[in-house]
Amino acid sequence: MKKRDPDLLLFHAPLLRQGMTTPKAMRDVLYALAPATAASLWFFGISAVLILSTCIAGAVLAEWLFASEDARGESLRDASGILTGLLLGLTLPPGLPLWMAFLGGFVSIALGKVIWGGLGHNLFNPALLGRAFLLATFPIAMTTWVPAVGDSGFFSIYSGNLALPFMQAPIDGMTAATPLGMLKFDQEVTPLANLMFGKTGGSLGETSGLLLLLGGVYLWIKRDLDWRIPTSILITVMVFSAVLGLFDAARFPTPLFSVFSGGLLLGAIYMATDPVTSPVTPRGAWIFGIGVGVLVILIRVFGGLPEGVMYAILLMNAATPLIDRYTQPRVFGRGTESK
Amino acid sequence: MKALRFLRRSFEHGVHPAHHKQQTADLPIQRVPFGKHYVMPLGQHIGVPAKAVVAAGERVQRGQLIAKPGGFVSTGLHSPVTGTVKEIGDFRGVDGRFAPAIAIEADAFATQQIDASAAMDWQSLSLEEFIEAVQMAGIVGMGGAAFPAHVKLSVPDGIKIRHLLINGAECEPYLTTDHRLMLERPEALLEGAEIMRQKLGAEETVIGIESNKPDAIEIVRKHIQPGQPVRVVPLKVKYPQGAEKMMVKTVFNKEIPAGQLPRDVGVNVNNVGTIVAIADYFLRGMPLIERVVTVAGPGVTYPANLIVPLGTPVRDVVKFCGGLKSGTREIIMGGPMMGRPIASLDVPILKGCSGVLVFTEKQTSRRKEYPCISCGRCLEACPYFLNPSRLARLSKSRMFDEMKAYNVFDCVECGCCTFACPSNIPIVQLIRTAKDDLTHRKEPDA
Repeated sequence: MKKRDPDLLLFHAPLLRQGMTTPKAMRDVLYALAPATAASLWFFGISAVLILSTCIAGAVLAEWLFASEDARGESLRDASGILTGLLLGLTLPPGLPLWMAFLGGFVSIALGKVIWGGLGHNLFNPALLGRAFLLATFPIAMTTWVPAVGDSGFFSIYSGNLALPFMQAPIDGMTAATPLGMLKFDQEVTPLANLMFGKTGGSLGETSGLLLLLGGVYLWIKRDLDWRIPTSILITVMVFSAVLGLFDAARFPTPLFSVFSGGLLLGAIYMATDPVTSPVTPRGAWIFGIGVGVLVILIRVFGGLPEGVMYAILLMNAATPLIDRYTQPRVFGRGTESK
Repeated sequence: MKALRFLRRSFEHGVHPAHHKQQTADLPIQRVPFGKHYVMPLGQHIGVPAKAVVAAGERVQRGQLIAKPGGFVSTGLHSPVTGTVKEIGDFRGVDGRFAPAIAIEADAFATQQIDASAAMDWQSLSLEEFIEAVQMAGIVGMGGAAFPAHVKLSVPDGIKIRHLLINGAECEPYLTTDHRLMLERPEALLEGAEIMRQKLGAEETVIGIESNKPDAIEIVRKHIQPGQPVRVVPLKVKYPQGAEKMMVKTVFNKEIPAGQLPRDVGVNVNNVGTIVAIADYFLRGMPLIERVVTVAGPGVTYPANLIVPLGTPVRDVVKFCGGLKSGTREIIMGGPMMGRPIASLDVPILKGCSGVLVFTEKQTSRRKEYPCISCGRCLEACPYFLNPSRLARLSKSRMFDEMKAYNVFDCVECGCCTFACPSNIPIVQLIRTAKDDLTHRKEPDA
């Protein structure tokens, strides 16, 4: 008796794959952020846990609420919502009322991602868009910084965290200015060692420069990040600061201070490199990074705000489609035409 | 910088698939016993199909011409067996379409010997006679494209071929036909190389071999006659090292302009199998009637490197290899990166078929597709420096005309972008769709 032939599939070549998937890449960023997240717990105690988890909850809720019924499980599994929530949380002040953090997470996904058409379609970095929303809506709460928990222990909650929605946020008895704020408003310079190890005021995830760099190295080894973007941002910021220093060393920050203060490392390594909102072309990545670096220093030094990383990245996000269009790679065998 | 690039011995970009060659790399080439049914499609090369010169019912000898070239970009076709022409009609081809072919039934008791006295005095042939002989012998590029070899030999006036480049990269995973040929028939390779080099008037022969085949590099080097202008160049293991433009870039650091051919930079590129076929024809009188095929992949019982008469149904080849394992889901003709899936085991082995690869669940499971996150991995993979992410997006929106501005026709469909894509977007398939539409679209009548 003749054996029946197997039913053959006709999937087209290539049948082999590298093995990298988008959810894996998202998870890698989560792993890379783990040390800095742990540091935020160390410095700010249970409040950090609460803020980060409410941000993530807000983001995931929005993801779940706005996804179509059959895509629901999937959009949660790809981990991009969790990542957005975590990134937003890391940029928030530790004493922020929790309901604001929740709202921020929700807005990040709703207005930062879903409304554009979901993953891969948004123009702006969702986490930064959420933060910009919070800063515009709650300027005082978003710029009130508290000192690390220190001796009072892991389980002491900042009183601001528990403020009820739409009631005046009680200003914490103790406040601590950020290094950039102290420089801008009091001309006071924070020692570099404090910046590197996180012994300063600031948002949850930005204070420990070295741990953020460590995560960046991990992402670079895993090839999950376009190294050109953080490299060009950091070099631009250092060069620009050094040039300014030539004019008035006392008034302007030193290059290393510029790099390790504020949200620059968090922004340069984890937010500017968001593949969706940064240029896809190699030359575009350089231009994007230089643009972010220049804007950061311009805003920090000449603008009204002490910190400018968020607006710098959002502005360059807006320029990304244009940059991509004019930086198409030179095709093999085609002179020096750009397109 | 230039010196450094020379040391690296590679083109830029590309990908590194696991090469999976251990399955067959050490297996000597065996001959498949002759079967009964053979189907020789008239269009098994790029260009115009051949024209049959035999009729149904006619007796044919193994190696006898059964179809003559149908034009300049076309080649002769020879009977792979001694037997009887059963039918000249339409048969199912590799791409699933019906196409004209000659069906031959082999004699059960024929000796299947080839008359070796037909060897030619190639040295006395003029270039034109040589080119015609190659065309009549039916020799095509055996690496997969099946481009008629004689067309590459006819160089327009004003172009001087300085180098004969022999492609032994075999960068497609699983395939080991060129590897085994170099190991087992290095004399034939070098003989064929010498014939080609002298006829082209080239100064030297360069044989490029990926450095994951150190045994082949060593054996070929050992067989070079003193004074023979042949150089073996080990190449970096990288896909698609065997794409001819990439190989010319690697070996000579010359970038062939878009729309031009290797000959425009003075190079003639031929696959190892093609060169051996040249030697077999001019020195042993055997036209292209059989080829080496790697049968491998997780779904085949006994993987092998086989000499298969052209026109043999895949069914017979697979049967010789112990049959298909249960769980077989797909069969690819050629390599896993650029080969074509076949729908039926009755499809015949053709001149350009370097492998029969049998895949199971693992390679063919439906992969969840995610949205493009513009990560840029495809840009870093594309050896032509295209923007596959943009091309895929445009193709999905059916904006095919816009894709021309992004040089869609420079794409050689090597599949690096799809291999690298973390979102499992079928990029190269989307590009093929667009190219197909742009090429074959009929403008609506006014």
